[in-house]
Amino acid sequence: MAREGDAVRTNTEGFNRGRYESVADLEASEALKDEARAIKEDAIERLPELVDQLTEAVESNGGTVYVADDADDANEYIRSVVGDRNADRVVKSKSMTSEEIEINEAIEADGVEVVETDLGEWVLQVADEAPSHIVAPAIHKSREAIAELFNERFDPEKPLETAEELTHFARETLGEKMIDAEVGLTGANFITADTGTMALVTSEGNARKTVGGTDTQITVAGVEKIIPTVADLQPFVELIGRAGTGQDITSYVSLLTPPVETPVVDFEDDTTPLSEFDSDREFHLVLIDNGRIAMRDDEQLRETLYCIRCSACSNSCANFQSVGGHAFGGKTYSGGIATGWEAGIEGLDVAAEFNDLCTGCSRCVNACPVGIDIPWINTVVRDRINREDESPDWLVDGLTPDVEAGGVPHQKRFFGNFEAVAKFGSATAPLSNWLADTGVSRWFMGRLLDIDPRRELPTFERETLVEWFEDRDSTVTDPRRRAVLYPDLYTNYIQVERGKAAVEVLEALGVDVVVPPVSSSGRAPLSQGMVTTATDHAERVARTLTPYVEDGRDVVVIEPSDYAMFQREYEKLLDGSGTPLAEHSYEALQYVYGLLENGGDPSVLSAVNGDEVAYHSHCQQRTLGLEAHTVAVLEQCGYHVSTSDVECCGMAGSFGYKSDYYELSMDVGDQLRDQLLADGVRERPVVASGTSCLEQIDALLERQPRHPIELLAG
Amino acid sequence: MSTEYQVFSESLADVGVDTRRVAPEDADSAIEELRAGDTVAVPFERDDLTVPDAVTTDPTPAELRAARTGVTPAAFAVADYGSVVLPSTPAGSELVSLFVDRHVAVVDGHDIVPDMERAFDRFGQDAGSAIIATGPSATADMGALVTGAHGPSEVRVIVVED
Repeated sequence: MAREGDAVRTNTEGFNRGRYESVADLEASEALKDEARAIKEDAIERLPELVDQLTEAVESNGGTVYVADDADDANEYIRSVVGDRNADRVVKSKSMTSEEIEINEAIEADGVEVVETDLGEWVLQVADEAPSHIVAPAIHKSREAIAELFNERFDPEKPLETAEELTHFARETLGEKMIDAEVGLTGANFITADTGTMALVTSEGNARKTVGGTDTQITVAGVEKIIPTVADLQPFVELIGRAGTGQDITSYVSLLTPPVETPVVDFEDDTTPLSEFDSDREFHLVLIDNGRIAMRDDEQLRETLYCIRCSACSNSCANFQSVGGHAFGGKTYSGGIATGWEAGIEGLDVAAEFNDLCTGCSRCVNACPVGIDIPWINTVVRDRINREDESPDWLVDGLTPDVEAGGVPHQKRFFGNFEAVAKFGSATAPLSNWLADTGVSRWFMGRLLDIDPRRELPTFERETLVEWFEDRDSTVTDPRRRAVLYPDLYTNYIQVERGKAAVEVLEALGVDVVVPPVSSSGRAPLSQGMVTTATDHAERVARTLTPYVEDGRDVVVIEPSDYAMFQREYEKLLDGSGTPLAEHSYEALQYVYGLLENGGDPSVLSAVNGDEVAYHSHCQQRTLGLEAHTVAVLEQCGYHVSTSDVECCGMAGSFGYKSDYYELSMDVGDQLRDQLLADGVRERPVVASGTSCLEQIDALLERQPRHPIELLAG
Repeated sequence: MSTEYQVFSESLADVGVDTRRVAPEDADSAIEELRAGDTVAVPFERDDLTVPDAVTTDPTPAELRAARTGVTPAAFAVADYGSVVLPSTPAGSELVSLFVDRHVAVVDGHDIVPDMERAFDRFGQDAGSAIIATGPSATADMGALVTGAHGPSEVRVIVVED
């Protein structure tokens, strides 16, 4: 997988850090996010009505509205406006929608010059490259690379070197272009249906000059940019800069109700005062459908239309930080939400080019200012991609334990059916472990399943947690609470020790524990886009566990990714009936925390006196706000805890095993390794909550990590 | 001192903007102090505000391009962001605040609203065209944060209190 150098990582990490700080500073951020979400839901619901209302408002202001069915339709209209104005030059401010319709090429075909005036976009125009980030389009370009590009292309008297020199050069060059252009073309972040007011969120001032320095304004915007009222702009203006680049607000938010009243001046004129020029301007609003109305009718893709293009899902994504938006993107859009956009606008084939880069780690979910479930959109699109290939599958169809219709690639089927693999592996252990490591097996796995030979395979235990538990008696006679410990796939077959430790800890705290056989959660098939199979698992889990819950037992889950299934995805998979399970389930250390908070005796746990430990929480666990519980429990048991702050370990279930992604997985993992090898952390034993994280850390470090529950057991 | 002014000036300091709080009759000396180089301005609506003699009010486009400082009234300001709201007017306020290296915005102390919600209430009364401007023009597109991309690299604010 191609990487684009360190600039992408440095910049996205900077934006991401800024987001955490800036959002934390905003007292009402969660309330504003809810408000923003509600406005978008309402706007998309009432979209046809709002288009009519907006059209009326713009026309009564003296402008024109054109609703374009697709890119060609939009381009034809824009070319006619440029032609009627008899323009020699069109200056543009930054607009991803204009990239989507490829307007530059269309205008240039008529012999009209098009100049990008956003500095990042201009760099790309000079370099003839596409944006790699929806907000900072040239994020992959280092200062050195830009300097080399400019020096080669423009041959300035003194070679350009510093960011100041480059910016000054661009400002001067583009400034001249802007003042004698006839047409200014902008995008829009939001447009209000009530007044025809648009908001342009910018920092450089080029959008202001693009509008103020020309006499014809064309604005292109997807129909989803319409919101009902001017008052509705407020939460978005407060959120968009914070979520995107980590700024409380960007330098300029242009609120334009065109045509604007600024005089149209001749910048060479040295006799006429500004106020004596008239402000005779034309305004054309081009609203783009290009697949959006169909997305609105698509129950699963509809949420994509709430996207405000802030880039939080790119910046908070560990994989994006490594590879950037050329690899992690489609024709126009990049990052997590791009799967939704590209699937809706271009089609599944374009989405398929990068959809697998979303590991479902869910770190973008809380980052998104309108609360879009971006991993879910990626999963649904993956499912649709799987179904695209309907060719008969002689090797696996009918032999696999899933309920997929066909077309699912072998590798996805293998990982999606990992429960069956684990059952077989455990039943035949240790032979299965020996065989798996033979050259023939690894060759087979490499060729057929694309499992990377550099990965160590998990070792299956002969005795599962459920089998171990069957043979023992409860040590609790007068229980404080009663719980069912969910034997997740990994704890049951592979990391059985952490399951035993959990039973011991819970019983020590007076909990009556049972460990019944239960289906695996469906996380494995879900992450391969096998939604039907995941639903089947979810139904079986709910069927088995619900009677325990009804009998008054809590559900305790060790594996965070399975706990996250119960909390987040079951509601979707089980049409809302997953909720009782969500309400009554707890991550293992969260449960211990609750027991201790409610009078549990900490002295029954294994305690230390100030021992140092390094803790890596799990991505989905952090999204659910549960990192702090583990830290608190460890501290109560006498540990000094340092925590990692990478978004993801890079393994992400099966992702790091796949040959195509092994190197990316290790590159992401390197960030975690650096933190675990930092001064003051290097000597500490490592604990981690997730199975994947444990496997990844095992591969990254000499030290062997353990699950935190194992520290608490005697 | 009003709470709004206090918050406003602190927010402005956070975005690197120097603030003066003056009586109307002292506006011209504050402008004199805060301007640099050739200075142009758009006329004030308030007739008790004057500009120094050296400042060209209602300049020609050529004078605007040659100027280093532009002085314009702000319609209102937003205290907790340190934003000034610059209206687009037939007098060319948008051009004078934009095509210069230093922008001096003049806002009435009564026109500082506490937060964005009030700002949109105010803007929505006639929903014209205005820029919510917060600090100088900036870009990070050339590999490091640089102020003064296409717009002013420096901003000063004068708050006029009766």
